[in-house]
Amino acid sequence: MRNLGLSWTRLANLVPVLFGITLVSFVLIRLVPGDPATQILGNRYTPEAAEQIRSSLGLNDSILTQYGIFLRSVFSGSFGESYQYHRPVGEILLDRVGPSLLLVAVTAVLCTLISLPLGVLAAVRRGGALDQGTRVFFTLGYALPAFLIGIVLILVFGLKLGWFPIGGYGTGLGGHLYHLVLPAVTLAIPFSTVLVRSLRASTITVLESDFVTIARLKGISAWSVLARHVLRNAIAPVAVVFGVNLAFLVGGTVVIENVFSIPGMGSLLVGAVATRDYPVVQAVSLVLAVFVLAVNVLTDVVHRLLDPRLAVAVTR
Amino acid sequence: MTTLVDPAQLGDVRGLSRARWLRLPLPKVLRGRFSLVAGIVLLLAIAVLCIGAPLFTSASPLDIDPLNPLAPPSPEHPLGTDAFGRDLWARVLYGGRYDLAIAFGATIVTLVVGTALGMLAAYLGGWVESVVMRVVDLFFAFPFIVLVIAIVASLGPSLRNMFIALWVASWVGYARIAHGQTLAARRYGYVVAANVLGYSTPRVLLRHVLPSVAPLVIVFAMVDAVGNVLLGASLGFLGIGVRQPTPEWGSMISEGQAYILSNWQLSLVPGIALVVLGVAFSLLGDGLADVLRAEQ
Repeated sequence: MRNLGLSWTRLANLVPVLFGITLVSFVLIRLVPGDPATQILGNRYTPEAAEQIRSSLGLNDSILTQYGIFLRSVFSGSFGESYQYHRPVGEILLDRVGPSLLLVAVTAVLCTLISLPLGVLAAVRRGGALDQGTRVFFTLGYALPAFLIGIVLILVFGLKLGWFPIGGYGTGLGGHLYHLVLPAVTLAIPFSTVLVRSLRASTITVLESDFVTIARLKGISAWSVLARHVLRNAIAPVAVVFGVNLAFLVGGTVVIENVFSIPGMGSLLVGAVATRDYPVVQAVSLVLAVFVLAVNVLTDVVHRLLDPRLAVAVTR
Repeated sequence: MTTLVDPAQLGDVRGLSRARWLRLPLPKVLRGRFSLVAGIVLLLAIAVLCIGAPLFTSASPLDIDPLNPLAPPSPEHPLGTDAFGRDLWARVLYGGRYDLAIAFGATIVTLVVGTALGMLAAYLGGWVESVVMRVVDLFFAFPFIVLVIAIVASLGPSLRNMFIALWVASWVGYARIAHGQTLAARRYGYVVAANVLGYSTPRVLLRHVLPSVAPLVIVFAMVDAVGNVLLGASLGFLGIGVRQPTPEWGSMISEGQAYILSNWQLSLVPGIALVVLGVAFSLLGDGLADVLRAEQ
């Protein structure tokens, strides 16, 4: 554990956060104005159906009991029953989690492929054409709505050129990856902008440090200094930026899954809003929050592995 | 707190202790500041076009013309018509009002409330600080758009509820920044002196602490405004924000998607408008950060 830079205290600190996340997801559904049962049923309202929903939500019990019921459904993995699909939400989530995870993973790989060369080169040739270019890319990139990028990519690479499918998820891993090319590029464009910027900043800092100057004075070629000395030190802080912004990426998948009709958690969530399927909304927001939390812990581990000085600080 | 956070960028203006920039004569501030000038000009242009929409088009954004759907650009309809025969130019102009309302309405409220809560938490300490900052931490665990969608889902999809959701979800970014800076400001000599002189808490916070917090949260507000515009448009696009037949750029992009091959302008014109608005706020934020840095 120590070697990974994770202490038991750090892990223990996560427990109240996890409970807090369940509490927020629980409270969200209590915001429903008026009687939730009436809201949920809409024009399908009958007194019996309403009573059934009230008892399944535990609305007749005290608020603490209700929270208890919710917690039990979370820990049993069922997350209650979906109003629309009439199945435990947990089962539905299992079907939907794969496409979303794969989309996030492919996007993360793409982001690395885009931002690593751009960020480092922009730093090495500061003020050059590429550096100016990435500045424009940044200003534009983060003002670009991802769904618009998606539509333009669909128009150009899907409909006009016919290179990639314009939606769906395909079959088999190859099919999945093929279908995820356009969605992942869509997400990677705005997400890379911030990575390029911070990679540029951290590379500049490292380039100015003494050990780089000494390596250069020793006559080591510029490229090998870059590869051996600069890159490793420059990447560590970027890992943190990646973790901080991961929630943004996950949020982006919610929209992009709908643009490309990918059967993931995001399209499940948006569909559930329209049908007022509250248990699904609750479960998806909870799972996504826990996912973001977990990846942030992982980011810390990666950060410490890349920068052993931090691990030493923990041990002391 | 929708947008990408680049800590390095925020760090640039941290530690400003005076609000001298507030007293600068405006023309001098603008001199030689491309980003700031471009941002202000773009934003003003958009505001004039959208708020003064009746001056730039005689068509109505809602009038349906069933005999004239998906018409190409013509003198009568400068950008053509949509699937219901509604004038696209009029819809873009009137629709921008909603996006501007989201940019300002969502951002100003959270800027004020979040900053106030963050400052109070840091200044009062104790249980107030614990409660406020734990709530902030929890909200940060959720992807922002998921939190907003969940709140909209629970209140019911509508423009009003979208504003409520944005307010509930996005004050936390300001609270975190204001909290951090207030903690630092409490140790500044002049704040300690104000305390020693026995000034009231509101007076110390507003007259002595706020000037060092304001530059940080204002620059963040520009980033946040871009995020709010994009989020509002995303919700419109997903059909859970501004809804039919009200024109809003995001929802117009979504409507146009079905005709993307034959009438690409239906999606791309509101899309470009959205990007221009985002770039305007981006430039404004960049420009303001530059001014604040120079003043430091």
